[in-house]
This record gives sequence, C-alpha cells and structure tokens, in this order.
Amino acid sequence: MVRSCHLSSLCLWALLLSPVSFAQELSFTLTLREHRFDPKELAVPAGKGFKLVVRNLDPTAEEFESHDLRLEKVIPGNKEAVLIVRPLKPGTYKFVGEFNEKTAQGRIIAK
Amino acid sequence: MLATAVIVLREVLEAALVVSIVLAATRGVPGRGAWVTYGVIGGTLGALVVAAFADRLAAAASGLGQEIFNASVLFLAVGMLGWHNVWMTRHGREMAANLGSVGSAVRLGARPPYVLSVVVMMAVLREGSELVLFLYGIASAGPGQSSELAGGFALGLLAGVVLSLAMYFGLVRIPAKNLFSVTGWLILLLAAGMAAQGAAYLVQADILPPLGDMVWDTSRLLPDNSILGRLMHTLVGYTARPYGIQLGFYALTLGVLLVLMRLFAQGPRPSRGQSAAQGSSIQRVI
Repeated sequence: MVRSCHLSSLCLWALLLSPVSFAQELSFTLTLREHRFDPKELAVPAGKGFKLVVRNLDPTAEEFESHDLRLEKVIPGNKEAVLIVRPLKPGTYKFVGEFNEKTAQGRIIAK
Repeated sequence: MLATAVIVLREVLEAALVVSIVLAATRGVPGRGAWVTYGVIGGTLGALVVAAFADRLAAAASGLGQEIFNASVLFLAVGMLGWHNVWMTRHGREMAANLGSVGSAVRLGARPPYVLSVVVMMAVLREGSELVLFLYGIASAGPGQSSELAGGFALGLLAGVVLSLAMYFGLVRIPAKNLFSVTGWLILLLAAGMAAQGAAYLVQADILPPLGDMVWDTSRLLPDNSILGRLMHTLVGYTARPYGIQLGFYALTLGVLLVLMRLFAQGPRPSRGQSAAQGSSIQRVI
C-alpha cells in the first residue's frame, strides 16, 4: 500500500516535470470596455489551441469566466491577462465577466 | 440588488460551508471558536491584501501568478484537512466520549484547531479576494450604487450564513458517537474536491496536462454556476466537466488520506494509556 503510494507520487512528479506543449502561436484579443466585450463574438479555428488576451480597459477589476472553456481569471483594472485555451471542438463557448454579468457577455465560436 | 446578492452568496458559500463543517468537526475542542474566528479574520485581512495587490499577483510567474496562487492555497488547505483527519483517527473517540459532559475541558496532548483555522483562513482568503474586487467595482461605479452594494452584500452574506448555520445545526444533531465519523468523511471529500480544483488551476496554467479533456459533461443537468452546483462543488468536489487529471487528484487524495488514517490509527499511542485498539469513529466506518 505504502509502496504504491510512492509509485503514484513518482508518476505525479514525472507528469509535473514533463513538458506540456502544443501549438500556441495563435493569439486572439478581447477588449473589455464599460463592462462589454469587444468583439462579442470571436471566431476561432477548431482543433487548435490558442492564447486569449483579455484587455481590461475599465478602471475596475473583472473576472473573466467561462464554464464552457473551463477558465476563470481575475483581470485587474487597466490590465490585461493571457489565458491558454486548449484545442476546441467545433461549437459555441460562452464567456462572461462575472462581476458585470448583465453586460459583459460574449462567445467564442470554434469552426 | 438581487444580482449582487447572488454573486455575494456564490462567493460566500464555499467559505461559509467550510466554516460550518470545521465547527462541527471540532466540537468539544476547547478554544475552537477563537481559532475559527482568527481564521475568518486572518482570511479577511488576507483577502484585502490580495485584492490590493491583484495586479502584481496577476503579473507574477509570467502571467500565471493567479493560477499558481489559487492552486497553492487549495493544496495548503488539503494538507491541513488531511492532517486534521489523521489526527482525529487518534483522538476522535475520546473527544466523542467527552462531548456529553458539560464543561469538561478536554485536555488533549496536542490540539489541532489551529490546523483547521488555516483551512478557514484559506477558504475565506480565496473567495474573499474576488468578493473584495467585485464590491470595489460596484462601489467605484458611483454614489448611486451604494444602496445596491450594501443591500446586495447584506442579503448575500445573510443567505450564506443561514445556509451554513443550517448545515452546522444539522450536523451537530448527529449523535456524538457518529458525529466525528460524519465530519471525517465530509472533510475527506472536501479535501479531495479541493485537490481536484487545484489541479484544474494548474491545467489552466498549462503546468499539468489535462489527461482526458472531458471525462463527462453534466453541465445541462447541474451547471457549475448554479447555487446547487456550487454547493456540491464545495461539499464533494462536483465539476460538470472534469479533466481526467482532476479525477486522478481526487482519487489520489482520498486514497492517500485513507491509508494515512489507517496507518496512524494503528500506530503506538504516546499518551493516556488507554486501550491500544483505540480506533476512532472514522476508522470504524472504514
């Protein structure tokens, strides 16, 4: 029992140390101004990972949240954050600014 | 105002549930109220600091500071919860035996409430810093927003407190001899769920591989952002669309803690000279 514990923790370390990489040259930018995303709809290629840069031009913080993409990140006022989006299946992925959910809505469409 | 209240409740819920489980799990431990209070105060102060330095945190570790911070806070809480449970396998039964007798301060050799105090602190810290940023955003939108802010905050906080009180009084109605086995399991699941969530943050930061992109998808049945979804998320680690590695972390945490609890329950007892076969109530359930 103890030995298998050691083994699994070794495996864990192997995983932690192994390089995780996929094509990430692709990059898209969303801008947030007055609690609205621009663009509201972002078309991306399906099956390719990409970087999503979210620029918050508002003075207040916003939490970029997408249950569809499984991402959540607080973006302080007047800052930008980079999110890593894994390769997506074709489909629509909604996202919101959780602190201003009424206006800050948008979606990513993977084709 | 209702929209504000719902967001406040969503953020408060996890911390409130953790506090109620911790309070139930430490019944009969002297000074637990103070330790939990320190945890809440420490967590609140920490949340204010984290919120104030949110931009530095976000920029740290080449933009991955926030994910790494969240994962670290969660893993620290997992460690403390695990420690508590292992400790309880030693002392659970004597504590349960002493619960009935009024005013009998249980003088145990070592006391773990500070461990759970750290858990409370971490829960408040993580949820609290987001709440501070959110409320600050409303407050800075203008003076007209202040009633919205105060009302929504009060309502959300109240709902969170009522829910956790209900949970607490539900738990402490469990007979003393079973109470610690129930809270032991709750803490075990809480820890496993937190480990899985920590893993998700590390996947988001691209530090861990997902090992299976979506093991299941129950987002239509029980969405993550519903109140029930959040409740289940905190209590048992529910996730509508888990990565494979989250299940791995969940199972690993459960497995390691159960093994440790078993090992330590059977080890030599340092004090008190009571029967050597003293397993705790948690142990008996396993």
